[in-house]
Amino acid sequence: METFIQQIINGLVLGSMYALVALGYTMVYGIINLINFAHGEVLMVGALVSWTIVTALSGSGLPGWLIMLISLVAAIVICSALNFTIEKVAYRPLRSAPRLAPLITAMGMSLLLQTLAMIIWKPTIKSYPILLPTEPINVFGAVINTVQILILVITAVTLASLMYLVNYTKLGRAMRATAENPRVAGLMGVRPDMVISATFIIGASLAAIAGVMWAANYGSASHTMGFLPGLKAFTAAVFGGIGNLAGAMVGGIALGIIEALGAGYIGALTGGVLGSHYQDIFAFIVLILVLTLRPSGLLGERVADRA
Amino acid sequence: MKDNKLPVFLAAAVALLILPLVAQLFGNAWVRIIDIALLYVLLALGLNIVVGYAGLLDLGYVAFYAVGAYIFGLLASGHLTETFPAIAAMFPNGLHLPILLVIPLAAGVAGLAGVLLGAPTLRLRGDYLAIVTLGFGEIIRVFLNNLDHPVNITNGPKGIGPIDSMHFFGFDLGQKHVLFGLEIPPVTNYYYVFLALVVASVVICYRLERSRIGRAWMAIREDEIAAKAMGINTRNMKLLAFGMGATFGGVAGVMFAGYQSFITPEAFSLQESVMIVAMVVLGGIGHIPGVIVGAVMLAALPEVLRYVAGPLQQMTDGRLDASILRQLLIALAMIAIMLARPRGLWPSPEHGKAAPTPVTVK
Repeated sequence: METFIQQIINGLVLGSMYALVALGYTMVYGIINLINFAHGEVLMVGALVSWTIVTALSGSGLPGWLIMLISLVAAIVICSALNFTIEKVAYRPLRSAPRLAPLITAMGMSLLLQTLAMIIWKPTIKSYPILLPTEPINVFGAVINTVQILILVITAVTLASLMYLVNYTKLGRAMRATAENPRVAGLMGVRPDMVISATFIIGASLAAIAGVMWAANYGSASHTMGFLPGLKAFTAAVFGGIGNLAGAMVGGIALGIIEALGAGYIGALTGGVLGSHYQDIFAFIVLILVLTLRPSGLLGERVADRA
Repeated sequence: MKDNKLPVFLAAAVALLILPLVAQLFGNAWVRIIDIALLYVLLALGLNIVVGYAGLLDLGYVAFYAVGAYIFGLLASGHLTETFPAIAAMFPNGLHLPILLVIPLAAGVAGLAGVLLGAPTLRLRGDYLAIVTLGFGEIIRVFLNNLDHPVNITNGPKGIGPIDSMHFFGFDLGQKHVLFGLEIPPVTNYYYVFLALVVASVVICYRLERSRIGRAWMAIREDEIAAKAMGINTRNMKLLAFGMGATFGGVAGVMFAGYQSFITPEAFSLQESVMIVAMVVLGGIGHIPGVIVGAVMLAALPEVLRYVAGPLQQMTDGRLDASILRQLLIALAMIAIMLARPRGLWPSPEHGKAAPTPVTVK
């Protein structure tokens, strides 16, 4: 029973980080139908920016939470600026090009960001300093630490504000209108270019938050760390029904829990034949099963009829 | 073939035949680069069938490459006989199947794998298909990495080696030969085999493109519902595309394993799939010459750049080493080429149409 609760907690923590990144994929996809392959790298840049600031400030005598907050804000600002620029340089000129062209520039961007990170931060794995208390807190026999509680709280707050933003503000309405039909939205006084830029900035902020959390939770950061979370988050977005915000959240959290349970139980279930190093395939197996039964994802309504 | 094209073809053929002999004067490393480029051409031509003709975005293509490579790796190395006493008893001299048996076997298994992986994705389109194929690729890689326990099949991350060099009718490609006083090193031997395969593939692709099947694929690519309405069996056609593409991948995998004589799961990562998709799209999707240009460019250019990277590395105090510079240039090339030519470097003349057959009414 303890293992079960522990894995659920681990899964929720992992899943909330996936959910934050998945939202960035799904919002971009919902509006311009692009799989933004560089999104995982935005997470990586956020984590490395945060690492730089945290290591620089950790000897300065400032309280740990303040340093974390400063690094989080810096990561959000830098990632937003970065994603805004990427969209402007690499995706905007290709709006009317064949569908695969922006996909290739996105893949190129992903490679470019990884390479630049390698040049700026050196290709080593950096250990992320521990600034927050790490005493485990007991929950029904399972343990959770402060960082994990913070991750859950910050994710919940972020998701709630995003839902408010999309459903109740003018910008949110403009985003939904643009996703529905950019041309008609343009006729109604919405400026699609501005809305798309805003979407990239919001997505980058979410990815930056996730990146800082990821580094703080696992205690390390490197130039390759964006790849797998990015891939899983994209899987989560598709799993939930791409283009659907609630779907991305549900998909992310579900994926996190499935992975954690899978990794926790596969050894026992198969009598030790398969071990937890198979963790990475659960995401894809679940995805394939769901998509063969429901080709448009769990919460997806639209029929996926795009070529 | 029109008469005026014949000299061009003959010149190209002669150039391709003497290319490695000229290149080896400058060192075998250059021939090696050309060999790798040819392997990528083979892979890109195979993926072009799936992505270019049938319009199915496959991001897990490298899985079939891995299937081919591991089949040859397992059937022509000491690995299986060392790990399984039963197999060692059957083959006391070690399991060294001849290449002419392995190639059709690998092609068949990879093709079958393509059909099997394609089957569950038939209802999916576009980006959903992309992520599912990507997932398949990752699953295969995770298995290759972990199937060393409890039964050691793939030898895990350590990989399989040494794999036999290829033999054709007693002719060992891994050995130096002297023909007419000309020394032919192994890299050059492999060049001719790869070249033969590429030429065969180009002919197959060229014929496919103009066949009923090719037209059916393009119809599906342009408008699946309309294609269905015209009586095309879209299910079978899509499976056929997956299978044909995977067959190319499998054969390329066998070549790779024989050429490198050593394989690890590392060689079959998602990045590799992405690179092959990039070759197809950068060159000109669905257009054979374009795909070849894209593959040669992305495969060979960065290798050539290794040689100019030295001075640059000194200028930047070692911060920009050859491999980083190489990645940087590939990334910039992918972005710049797409921005400048969104349809690829050498797009098909009539985009989205089947074979150009202008009808002139007099």
